[in-house]
Amino acid sequence: MAASETIGTSRTEARERAAEYLVGRHRFRLAEALPWLAAIGVYFIFPERMTFGSQVLVMVMFALSLDLILGYAGIVTLGHAAFFGMGAYTVGLAAARLGWSEPISGLFAAAIVAGLVGFITGWFLLRYRGLTLLMLTLATAIMLQETGNLRSDISGGYDGLPGLTFKPLLGVFEYDLYGHTYYLYVLAVLVVVFYIVRRIVYSPFGQALTGIRENVRRMHAIGSPVHGRLVTVYTIAAAIAGVAGALFTQTNAYVTLTVFDFDNSAKVMVMLILGGTGRLYGAFVGATVYMVLEDYFSKLSPTFWQFGIGLMLVLAVLFTPRGVLGVFESIGKYFSERKKL
Amino acid sequence: MRKFGWLGVAALALAMGGAAQAETVKIGVVLPFSGANADLGHQIDKAFDLYVKLHAKDIAPHKVEIIKRDEGPPTGAQAKTVTTELITNDKVQLVTGFVFSPSAIALAPVITQAKVPMVIANAGTAWITNLSPYIVRLSFSMWHPAYPMGAYAHDKIGCKTAALAYTDFPPGKDSTEAFKTGFEKAGGKVTEAIPMGSPVQVPDFTPFFQRIKDAKPDCMYVFIPSGAHATGVMKAYGELGMRKAGIKLIGPMDLIPDNKLQDMGDAAIGTIVMGHYAVDLNNAENKAFNDAWHKEYGKDSYPDFMSAAGWDTMHAIFDAIKKLNGNLSDGAKVVEAMKGWSADGPRGHVMIDPATRDIVQDEHAIEVYRKPDGKLGERILGTTKAVKDECKALKVGRCGS
Amino acid sequence: MPHFAIIAVSILFDGLAYAMFLFITSVGLSVTMGLMGFVNLAHGAFAMAGGYIVVTLTRTLGVGFVPSLVIAAVIVGAVSVAFERGLYRRLYKSTDLEQVLLTIGLAFMAIATATYFYGPIPKSVPLPDWLQGDVNLGFRNFPSYRAFLIVLGAALIAVLWYAFERTNIGARIRAAVDNRRMAESVGINVDRLFTLTFAVGSGLAALGGGLAIQLLGLSPSFAVLYLVLFLIVVAVGGLGSLKGTLLAALVLGVFDTAGKYLLADAGGFFVYAVTVAVLLVKPAGFYGRE
Repeated sequence: MAASETIGTSRTEARERAAEYLVGRHRFRLAEALPWLAAIGVYFIFPERMTFGSQVLVMVMFALSLDLILGYAGIVTLGHAAFFGMGAYTVGLAAARLGWSEPISGLFAAAIVAGLVGFITGWFLLRYRGLTLLMLTLATAIMLQETGNLRSDISGGYDGLPGLTFKPLLGVFEYDLYGHTYYLYVLAVLVVVFYIVRRIVYSPFGQALTGIRENVRRMHAIGSPVHGRLVTVYTIAAAIAGVAGALFTQTNAYVTLTVFDFDNSAKVMVMLILGGTGRLYGAFVGATVYMVLEDYFSKLSPTFWQFGIGLMLVLAVLFTPRGVLGVFESIGKYFSERKKL
Repeated sequence: MRKFGWLGVAALALAMGGAAQAETVKIGVVLPFSGANADLGHQIDKAFDLYVKLHAKDIAPHKVEIIKRDEGPPTGAQAKTVTTELITNDKVQLVTGFVFSPSAIALAPVITQAKVPMVIANAGTAWITNLSPYIVRLSFSMWHPAYPMGAYAHDKIGCKTAALAYTDFPPGKDSTEAFKTGFEKAGGKVTEAIPMGSPVQVPDFTPFFQRIKDAKPDCMYVFIPSGAHATGVMKAYGELGMRKAGIKLIGPMDLIPDNKLQDMGDAAIGTIVMGHYAVDLNNAENKAFNDAWHKEYGKDSYPDFMSAAGWDTMHAIFDAIKKLNGNLSDGAKVVEAMKGWSADGPRGHVMIDPATRDIVQDEHAIEVYRKPDGKLGERILGTTKAVKDECKALKVGRCGS
Repeated sequence: MPHFAIIAVSILFDGLAYAMFLFITSVGLSVTMGLMGFVNLAHGAFAMAGGYIVVTLTRTLGVGFVPSLVIAAVIVGAVSVAFERGLYRRLYKSTDLEQVLLTIGLAFMAIATATYFYGPIPKSVPLPDWLQGDVNLGFRNFPSYRAFLIVLGAALIAVLWYAFERTNIGARIRAAVDNRRMAESVGINVDRLFTLTFAVGSGLAALGGGLAIQLLGLSPSFAVLYLVLFLIVVAVGGLGSLKGTLLAALVLGVFDTAGKYLLADAGGFFVYAVTVAVLLVKPAGFYGRE
């Protein structure tokens, strides 16, 4: 057999495999059902932890919105809480000042307001990168918070807007003490949001984002509208973060200016990195692991739990450099390599 | 003798049947155990633990089981989750603690729905008690010390003009507003009100104080959150030589927390605050309280007004347990049992106002001075007895709803 | 002296003292991030450690305040070498995000440890007599402690400038910041250089922490509370630049003080507004590299 023929065959094979990979990426894999099954499972196995569960799901959504810009577009920001806060306050102010308490329309309103703020700030700030962008986004979030405090007669300041009541979902489902209804509500919204994010990520637009993340100069060179793309994804991520914030206000029936805190932005980033960036499900894993461990340590030692969390983060970086999901991927790769042999 | 033996047994049996079954009352304690405000949480927690330790026998055969959870940061969200789970999972019959107003505010609808009493050991926003009929407060509202201070500053200290400086968050605004109401009623004039940054970080107070120093009012009323801010205020006040410049420092007792007083040095001497508690308060209960505190926590540890409130909180809870014979399953009954409760505590005589479920206590004008043994001490200049929360009495703003 | 001039001088003086603190504490972070590209968010924890060591030295062991500052700086500087060699070194090739995660984890652990050993109550230190009270400069009195800060800061700046600009080592550091590969190829041992600068930077942070006790108070949360402030100084000044950090500290310190004095309502706003303004115009900071 001539050498060239062997090479030719393997080249075609390689091309075929590559094409299959690209085309098949967006198809749903069986493993993807796991987190959703787990979420529903939690509902039945831990019915007494639904209040906590709702907060975890809200954080998952928040982390997911960050993954869009951090994991896929490579934009590192320390001000993501600004959008969470705008969404939270849209719902809060609508309920407290305008008497608008229908929950689902509140979500849409929050998405629009947060998205708008994202669009405006993104337009100006996304021309910068690195430490500069970090500081600019951080400053934006804090300035929004300070503005809220300036007009604390409207925002309620750090004592917030208390006693918000929301109409029953779809006119039927009431908020209850055990949080069952709201857990399923947040989960349902998460499913919708996730579907949207997934479609974006596996679309040509999503590919362009990855391209920008990996090699910005190249993207400019091939004429890709980098700034426009970045602003678009930033706006979408802001809108989603706004929805997460809106759900936060609805599940707590309360909101204060602390939603804009730097702590909030930092925490969600830590969660995402922990789970693994750029992999969609990293948000699920990271947010869940972090919050469950925080809760566990906090019950173990209300005073010193931060040590446990800190230690976990250090160990995570040393032993799971690409996030917890990275570990699963390595295991998966190990087994698939063995299969090939 | 033998004949009446069975009578004895029967009597004993009757007595035992009539006595209550030994109940274990589950109490949820929610305080900031970690984070920037952990020292506040610990001050109250120590008082709780001390009271339970010394008075457990008072409620025998009943017992209390205390479950502690971290209140978290002052966002209200963690407090809400944690307390809701205490109620639904751990099935506590009562929740107490709560340093931050947002925590109490967030929880009002929850405890109303769950019908579980919330006995507040600190959170001071005045209208909190209006938010739910299940809220009882043993600590104070911002108006308790601030309103009487207004009249006192004008009439007794001789301040004709006063500048207000406050940390820019609701308690700061409440406190200065309360002071202003009382001060202006007495004929004083407020020259300016300066917000001094957010409660999260202790700022450098010098620029704010320098500005006031340049304006030369008679007095400066300062409100800052209890904790690290107090030390910063005193340092700036001392460094700028404001006392020498003739500007008196006044405020609520958050200005001179007992556990930080010794560190404040000479700058603190002459400060006059209005407060419901001072370590040097001269009453029998307080002496016993201090002795027990030092015995348990060492001679370098001091209780402060939050510890005193914590002590009284646990006292009120224990009295309710005794009154209800250990049966705290009906939240409304617990609240009823606490309404009108009164006792002598480290603060003096305290009472829970049945109309508002808020505390009624004496407010003392307290001055810092150097004791003969070299330590800093506080002496009482005057007392206003049985002060209610004027915000609700005058129906100011949100208090009126 | 006309009234507004007195105000201006007051603001400048207070702002300068505050700026000195910012500079001393942040310069280490700037050089670390500029030289090795390592994001060390545990920098605040090193400052806090310095503060607590000063507390122990002065209160428990009766050492004087100024000697304690020096000792604390040396101890933290030495210990930081262990951290660098043992832990940080492994992450030089890692992404920024991983470094963020690791150092935040360390900061959390530091907070819990400080709470364990010192309790959550804020600490203060006994100052020697000559640091209490004021200095009279004719038209106005100034707090001695702040005057001390300014003098100390100026002295340190002079020493650092000399070391940076006039010594061999300084030249090597500047070379490595400019172009690491080139520096390595001419035989500069960048690894060892980095350990040295990291130790000095951490030692300076510890010094800043000790100085901060009187200025801002010290509690276990110090490690993260002021971290944002240090990052802002570093970003506005430009990574790896001594001049930049100094200028940023001055600008931010004075503007913050001025803002608080003149427009207390918007007080905190100023620092962030200035940051945004500078970064929009000079994204790499005053003296940073693009």
